[in-house]
This record gives sequence, C-alpha cells and structure tokens, in this order.
Amino acid sequence: MAKIIDRKCCDRCWHDAHRPCTDVIACLLDGPLCHESDDCGRIRRDEITRLRRQKVDRPVVFVGAGTCGLGAGAGKVLAAVRQYLQVGQIDADVVEVGCIGLCAAEPMLDIQLPGRTRVSFGSVQADQVEALLGGVLSGQVPAAQVLGQFRPDDGQQAWDMLPYLDEHPFFAPQTRWVLANCGVIDPSRIEEYIARGGYRAFTAVISTRTPAEVCQAVEQSGLRGRGGGGFATGTKWKYALATPSEIKYLVCNADEGDPGAFMDRAVIEGDPHRVLEGMAIAAYAIGAAKAYVYIRAEYPLAIRRLKNAIAQARGYGLLGKNILDSGFSLEVVIKQGAGAFVCGEETALIHSIEGKRGMPRPRPPFPAVRGLFDRPTVINNVETLANLPTVLGEGPEKFAALGTAGSKGTKVFALSGKVARTGLVEVAMGTPLRQIIFDIGGGIPNGRAYKAVQIGGPSGGCIPTQHLDIEIDYESLKTVGAMMGSGGLVVMDEDTCMVDVAKFFMDFIQRESCGKCIPCREGTRRMLEILQRITRGRRNETGLDALERFKGVMYLNRLAEVIKDTSLCGLGQTAPNPVLSTLRWFRDEYEAHVYERRCPAGACKELITYRIDAEKCKGCTLCARKCPAQAILGQPKTPHYIVSDKCIGCGACAAACRFDAVVVE
Amino acid sequence: MTAQIDQILRKHPEARRDSLIPILQEVQDAQGYLSREAVVKVGEFLSLPASKVYGVATFYNQFRFQPVGRYHIQLCRGTACHVKGSADVLDAVCRLLNITPGQTARDGLFSLEVVACIGACGLAPVININGEFFAGVTRDSVAEIVDSYRRKADPDGQDH
Repeated sequence: MAKIIDRKCCDRCWHDAHRPCTDVIACLLDGPLCHESDDCGRIRRDEITRLRRQKVDRPVVFVGAGTCGLGAGAGKVLAAVRQYLQVGQIDADVVEVGCIGLCAAEPMLDIQLPGRTRVSFGSVQADQVEALLGGVLSGQVPAAQVLGQFRPDDGQQAWDMLPYLDEHPFFAPQTRWVLANCGVIDPSRIEEYIARGGYRAFTAVISTRTPAEVCQAVEQSGLRGRGGGGFATGTKWKYALATPSEIKYLVCNADEGDPGAFMDRAVIEGDPHRVLEGMAIAAYAIGAAKAYVYIRAEYPLAIRRLKNAIAQARGYGLLGKNILDSGFSLEVVIKQGAGAFVCGEETALIHSIEGKRGMPRPRPPFPAVRGLFDRPTVINNVETLANLPTVLGEGPEKFAALGTAGSKGTKVFALSGKVARTGLVEVAMGTPLRQIIFDIGGGIPNGRAYKAVQIGGPSGGCIPTQHLDIEIDYESLKTVGAMMGSGGLVVMDEDTCMVDVAKFFMDFIQRESCGKCIPCREGTRRMLEILQRITRGRRNETGLDALERFKGVMYLNRLAEVIKDTSLCGLGQTAPNPVLSTLRWFRDEYEAHVYERRCPAGACKELITYRIDAEKCKGCTLCARKCPAQAILGQPKTPHYIVSDKCIGCGACAAACRFDAVVVE
Repeated sequence: MTAQIDQILRKHPEARRDSLIPILQEVQDAQGYLSREAVVKVGEFLSLPASKVYGVATFYNQFRFQPVGRYHIQLCRGTACHVKGSADVLDAVCRLLNITPGQTARDGLFSLEVVACIGACGLAPVININGEFFAGVTRDSVAEIVDSYRRKADPDGQDH
C-alpha cells in the first residue's frame, strides 16, 4: 500500500515525494488546500474516517497489549481471539492497542461492529473469549463485563442500555491530552496517528514559525518539566537557543527509574508518534539536528514500538534530512539505559550516553549551555515532550487556561498500591487528591482505611489523611513536604507501616547512590542502618546495640538535614525526604517502634510474634505444612504450637489458618 | 564465544567511547553475561583499559558477570510491589530455589534478580521469567509458577 503521504490526489496537487509540500499533513486532514475540488476532498475525508475507524466494513477486535495488559494475560486472549476467528472463518480485524490506563481491568478487549460504536470489556480471560465474541458478533452484548461504549461518531449507532466509557467513574473526571490516543489507536501505524491530527503541529511549526517563536510560545503556555524538577520548559529552551554552537542536542529522558511510575512507558507503548512529534518540535526550537531517546532497557516493548515509529516517521519524511523541504533535519537515536536510578539526573544521564559511569557533576554550567559532548543540550522528559503537540497545535492560551496559577495543563499520575482501580490517570493540574484516590481510584479495597499516599518516588513524601483535600500542583505538594516527581501515586492503607516504607526507600537510595559525594554515599547508608535498628526486635540484642539504636534515633533528623544541604545532585538532596515526611506526619508510629518495640500496622516482621490459640486450633496441620522454617509442631487433630526460636515471623501460618487460631502479637 | 564477540564488534565500525555501553549490552544479550574475556576484548577494541570497561560495567545494575540460569526470574521490588507484599514473594522464591538475589541455582535451571521497577505497578506484585510477566503473585502462586517452569524443563517429572 502506498504511503498516504506520497499520494497525489490529482494533477493539480503540488505535493511530490521529491519536493514535498510542507502543508501535507494539514492538506490530508482538511484539504485539498492548494486547489478546490469536491472529489479530492471527499477521497481525503473517506480515507481519514477509515483510519479513525469511524466507519469499518468488518468487525474489529482491539486487545490492550501493553506491558501491563500482557502481564494480566492479554497474550493468551489475543491467541484465543485469533483462533476463534480462524475456526469460525470470520472476517474481522484484530488490532493490538496500547494501554488505555485502567490497569485494574486488564486484560481489556474492545469490539467494534460495522455501523455500531466501539464497546470495551474489562477483565477478559482467554477462556471467556469464545462466549464474548460469539455473543457480540450475533448482536448480544454480555452486559456484565462491559466497561462502556465509545461516543458515537457520524454514521455510528450507539448500543442501547450500555453506559458510555467517558461516564465510567475512572474516566469521567479525567482530561486526556497526553493519553488521548493511548489504548485507542494502533501504535504501530503512523497513519492512524496522522488521521487523528498527528504531526500537524510539527509541520505547521517548521513551515511558519521561527525557533525563537516556538520557545516563546512554550514559555507562554507555562509548560513545566514533568520529570520531577518542574523547571519551565520554554525558559530551558531559550538558554539552549541563545548559546551559540554549531551542534546542539536534544535528549528525551525515558529513564523512568522512579519505582511506582509507569506513565512514560505507557505513552511510548501506546502512542510513540506523539513523543516523536514532541521531540521534533523541541529539536527545531533549540536548533538541534540530533536527538537521543534515553530509555530503560527494562522496557523492551516500548523500545520495539519506538524503533518501529522512528522507522515509519523516516519513511514518511517526517524525520531525517531536510524534512518536508524545510531545511530542518533531525536524526533520532535510541540509547538504552543500563539500569541506574541516578541516570534520571541530567548530568549523570549525559555521562551515561557518553559511555561513562553515570555520575552527576556540579552545575553550572547547565546542560543547556554545556551538555552532551560539551555541546548545548536540552533534556526533556517523555511526558513534557508528549504535551508539545497540544501546546503548539491548540495554542499556548488553551493550554494555559487549564490548571492553577503556577502549574498549567494536565498531569498524568500512575495510581497504584492499595487502591481499587489502579492505572494511569490524567487530570488537570489542581485536581484535589481526594478526587483522584476516591472517585477515580475507587477508594481503598477490602474495607480498610486510607493511611497515606506516597508521591514523587524516593525523592517525594507521604500525604496523610488531613491533607487529602489539597489541590495537586507543583507548589501545593511542597507545602506538605512532598513533591510532584514524575507523578507516581502509591496508596497505602492501615496495614502499611510507615517506618517500613521509609526503610524501603532508604534501602533503594543507598543502593542507587552513585558514590561520588560523601553525604549521599555514607549518609544514606547510615540512615538505613538507623531505620533497621528501629525496626529490629529485642532478640539477641546486647547493651551496646541498644545504645547505638538510641543514638541513631537522636541523630536521625540532623543527619537528614546534613544530607539535604550538602549533597551534589538532586538524588542526594532529596534522599532524606521519605524519612522526613513520614517522621513529620507519622511520628507516633516511629515512637511505637522506638519505645514499645511494636509495629502498629503489623508489618515489621521482626517486631511480631505469633502464637497459636489452643482453644481454636483444630489440629488440621495446615500451618505446619505451610511453615517455611518448620517451626510449628503438633500431632494431627491436637492443638499445635510455634517454637519461637525457630519462627522467622513470615506470617505464612496466620495466612493459612482457616480457624483464626494464629494470634499476632 | 570469541567469534560471537568479534561478530558484535564488527557491527560497530568507527566506534568510540559512547558505543561502550551499547556494545556491552549486545555482548550480554548474546552470551547472557559479561565474561572476563569479553571485557578485555571490548577494551582492546575501543582502546580503553579493561579496568575502565569493568568500572563502567559494574556501575550499572544491568550487567552480570556470571551466567544466568535457563529461566531468569526478575522480581520487581518497586514501591507498589513492596506495599502489596513483594518482600514475602522474594522470601518465598529464595527459599524455593535456595538462592539469594544475583545467584544462579546449582542445577543451572533458575537464576534470580531483583529489579527496581518493571513498570507494571497497577498489577503489583510482578515477576518476569524470560520475558513472560506474571501479575499479582503471592507466596503460594509463585511456587506454582516456579513448578510449572520446572515441569517445562523436565516433562518426565524426574527429580534433579
């Protein structure tokens, strides 16, 4: 099939594969622009409606096959769908789409029949495929698994009695700009992205605006870096643009090291061309002819989709030399990260691309002045770049109209942990935290109570119940001792121990500290040791241990301040945040651990003892079989008991007991 | 072994320092780990001392210096997985296979690696065995998963 971009509608069309017209994308969508012809316009509109799947001539089955979907079993669902269609000799299309964001309902499957709206089904297992497809193809929609139907386009008839997907509590409060196409279009086809207005902003920018104007527009929009720092994107670009140099670089930071954040992965998997378009706009604005995507090697699917997207964009002449005869050239290269959290820091990332150990260096000079290979370099996060087609396509005013005074546009949050509906959520800046967790996320499952939400990963903090009503933006989070970070929201309930969470983050940070500066390398390790001592039981404790433990507790706060003030890079400067924030909001939990050697949440294994209630024990031997340490003794049908010296406190017996006979103390 | 490394190096003509990490990644992809020989050879190719190559390789979590098992288990220890109980799962896997993270079981069937975050936080806790993802694993279900791989390796069910 010839590429839609190479096609001339008639002899009057100026466009040519050798001398491409810069308006080609706009012309495809609204054209023809250079001459008037109803026929040419109709051909274009038909093509676009087909690519947008407003009109399909045979059934289409969409399967959400992002990494999370595959983890939940989408691969098997896909195989079952293909087999069903083959056995029944049914003529239908099967499309692998990215993740729509509702991870909790994976694997997801959508079906669109000719003339009808597209319907989404959640939690579809491979063995249910036959009944589901059979039902829908014969016009019977099993309502139980329906998540919702899409809004009808022209010529589509909505299903009766089915709710709309945008009325689903998960989707209704969202404003989807970055995620607009995720889970909707086929990410492996550039045509579908173009049909939904993709690359229009980029082609308009290179033909009608100067780089300085683009920088100005982005600054005016108020777009700030979505990777953590929140620095104004337009301002950063202006520095790079103003630095004279023949060679400049753009780097897309897709080294999403924050545990608990996965929006960059989902955007690249579900809509890779949006990121490429954003990169092309940014590169044009700063005058870079080479761009790198620094992406984690742990994201194989995202890398594959991105490679495919780059090849397609090159084939379409939207990347490469002299793009659409504008004089602007751009080469995009993928660099795979090798697994180091610190490489999310700009200067460390630069060292990593240069083939060195990923260690940060002091700033200034900032990368925008002297960065990769000593040339001016702008480093932008995936989500920042994915916002650019909106900023320049819809205009900075529209972008700036959404959000709060200092934070504009939307933010994608990765909602996970103890929450009913996990997934990716894109909301306007300034949305109350309560709405995200309780309306969109559906609250805490299993009737437990909310305790805190951790935001910003290892650099961020926890937000307790009393601050649930804050309206999330860059500034408001700082007032409660947290930060935006990349937007990972991990919800915790009353079974989560906050000291344990702080310990978890310190363990992570001290392993990931690059070792260059002493406060971070030594300080984070000392902090971890202090937290380990706090959560340790009295078993085998000597007098010196007890003294060391107490000393550590006294110095914890001061050590945190020193690390904060004296570390070289952002990783070290924010490393104590998880401890400081839990200490600020959950001091009582620390005190229970320190003074009473008790973990109120029952999560710190070393502080728990297990005992079998002889009255309740029926002697079923289940716990003895489950015990990994063989610490439970007893004859069948007589009460068992736990040998406390052998017990490792894993809790397997309590989880196994059907009679609630294992008492946790 | 050596021929394989040479083949990879031939794919990088005019390679400079910035090709070091991609070359190491390709070698590890092909051989499963970085052997002493590979580190020296890559150093010679890029005119870098082996110590520098080794210094870079040890800095990054991705590089291994021992061969992995036939089934390589990656266990996610991200925040969401931690909150949902991945520590228990890790403990169970260690006990099942009698190895600690970073080690390969004596029969060479399994190896275990702890990774920071796989990026499937919505389905926590997650493990990944040779590229296949398992979501929402528990202490019990992980035993079944490991067993299923063991049966795959040895369909007769004979003990190793």
